[in-house]
Amino acid sequence: MSRVPQPVSQDIGVLRAGWTYASITDKVADAILGGGWTARWWVAFAVTFAGTAVFFFAIGYLFVVGIGIWGVNIPVAWGYAIGNFVWWIGIGHAGTFISAFLLLLRQKWRTSINRFAEAMTLFAAGIAGLFPILHLGRPWFFYWLMPYPNRMELWPQWRSPLVWDIFAISTYLIVSLVFWYVGLIPDLATLRDRAASRGKQVVYGLLALGWRGEARHWARYESAYLLLAGLATPLVISVHSVVALDFAVAVTPGYHSTIFPPYFVAGALFSGFAMVLTLAIPLRHYFRLHDFITEVHLDHAAKLMLVTSLIITYSYAVEAFMAYYSGSEYEIYTLEDRWTGLYAPVFWTMFVFNSIVPLAFWWRTVRRNVAALLTISILVNVGMWSERFLIVVQSMHRDFMPSAWNDFYPTAWDWTHLFGSIAFFAFLFLLFVRLLPAISIAEMRELVRESNEAKEGT
Amino acid sequence: MTREHALYGVLAEFRSADELLLAVRAAQSAGRSGVEAYAPFPVEGLSDALGFSDRVVPRATLIGGICGGLGTYFMQWYSAVQSYPINAGGRPFHSWPAFIPATFEITILGAALTAVVAMLVANGLPRLHHPLFAMPDFDLATRNRFFLCLRPATDDFDVEATRAWLETLKPLAVCEVPA
Repeated sequence: MSRVPQPVSQDIGVLRAGWTYASITDKVADAILGGGWTARWWVAFAVTFAGTAVFFFAIGYLFVVGIGIWGVNIPVAWGYAIGNFVWWIGIGHAGTFISAFLLLLRQKWRTSINRFAEAMTLFAAGIAGLFPILHLGRPWFFYWLMPYPNRMELWPQWRSPLVWDIFAISTYLIVSLVFWYVGLIPDLATLRDRAASRGKQVVYGLLALGWRGEARHWARYESAYLLLAGLATPLVISVHSVVALDFAVAVTPGYHSTIFPPYFVAGALFSGFAMVLTLAIPLRHYFRLHDFITEVHLDHAAKLMLVTSLIITYSYAVEAFMAYYSGSEYEIYTLEDRWTGLYAPVFWTMFVFNSIVPLAFWWRTVRRNVAALLTISILVNVGMWSERFLIVVQSMHRDFMPSAWNDFYPTAWDWTHLFGSIAFFAFLFLLFVRLLPAISIAEMRELVRESNEAKEGT
Repeated sequence: MTREHALYGVLAEFRSADELLLAVRAAQSAGRSGVEAYAPFPVEGLSDALGFSDRVVPRATLIGGICGGLGTYFMQWYSAVQSYPINAGGRPFHSWPAFIPATFEITILGAALTAVVAMLVANGLPRLHHPLFAMPDFDLATRNRFFLCLRPATDDFDVEATRAWLETLKPLAVCEVPA
């Protein structure tokens, strides 16, 4: 009987040497099936669960009392809720970008980070979708945004970017969910086949839909997955463009600008990659995934952050230039108020964190330094939130007529909803890493095979 | 005869993707029909070796996208021009550029959902049980083992001859799969 040795991975940067189909499978699957409910995980779970409870209590209180509990006023009607919405939906862009765009470009470094990045996308986009609904005032009528046969014989206003928005966000949520789930099917089958307890076999078995890895099934599966990637790529671009149009279509000085759609997309990828790093670094640390999520992955993500940082710095410059070039005193005033007015500290925080700090990524030593990466990625998250705050609040608080001006001060409820949503996000992510494989096992097996071919080819 | 009828196929287990690929090619050149190959990841060239040329997923995706797009555009046109026209400063009712975003989004949604549904339906999924799941080693098909299954496609299917032929490929094990 022939004894062909099991293929063992070669070191190709994005995957370290010495892993076989079996050892990769066991490593990732046993992190979920083999217990691992450590005290550390329970503490994190308890903290985020408490935060989630506070978040839902705050939502309940908002429903009872109304949006007057926030610091919103006229003209700053949007406040934190819409700022948070744009921030979260931006974070929710990197996952699909990594999964879809990098798949089309055949980038091997996507393989071990796509799964959790997609989960991140899904949770972030879901939380983002909550905020406009919370902000509706009468949130129980949110379904009026959708076209449905109704006794009032009314239709949505198709010319409104807010209606485009609900189409874009709900499509994005559904397609991201489907993309993520289809990617999970082979791994759910692995979990079904490796689970020891009947309960887990039944649950993972039902979710795996009877997958058994037949070659024709794989062929159709790959075809569908590639098509989903091709469809999701323009979708990612369209979603944040539509979000940008929510602003750009209005005549308010500070955001009536054609640069907004591309500027928002770049900002979304920037904050999304920052969040990927913020999550990847603890994930590889706690699950000992250093052979799968290597310095090469972190390095590539840092490079993409550098590129997108430069694009948004350019966008800031174009915004300033266009304000002066327009000759509109309202545009010029809004711009100068941004630099020197009430919210100037927020502007300079944004500028330093988004445009100056990421320049450290020009140096390879920084890109390969885990502590520096984690710190910068968190600063960038803060910087991007500041940017959303400025667009929503600062632009609105000084519009045309001084008699209409008003300052915005966040209340404790504003902060509760912001930090509560972050806790909810962390809570969902903690559940995800305990219940589903955080790395695509099937694709890692494929990478083991490819790593051998790559080494033979050189 | 009852034995043949109660048989799903004869299953051979291999250690590597290359062995499976060679086995599939050998089965094809031996003129065998009803060849199924199972792998824990998509093996390049395996479906080609099986002569797979099914285009149902891309076609369904195209149709799903077109239906989603046309349907959404029609809905907006009907709503804004026929059902509830509003004259806002003399602007045209059929203001098509404003109808593009929703049309685009639902084109993507229709195509994506159809792609997944077509993939599942063409693969015969979801399926709660399958004869192969009862086989002792088959749980490794989602871990590190590769399987070739020869189905009784014709009436004169000879189990012993098939077993013997599979043994010539030097698999780890050969077993009969009851239906």
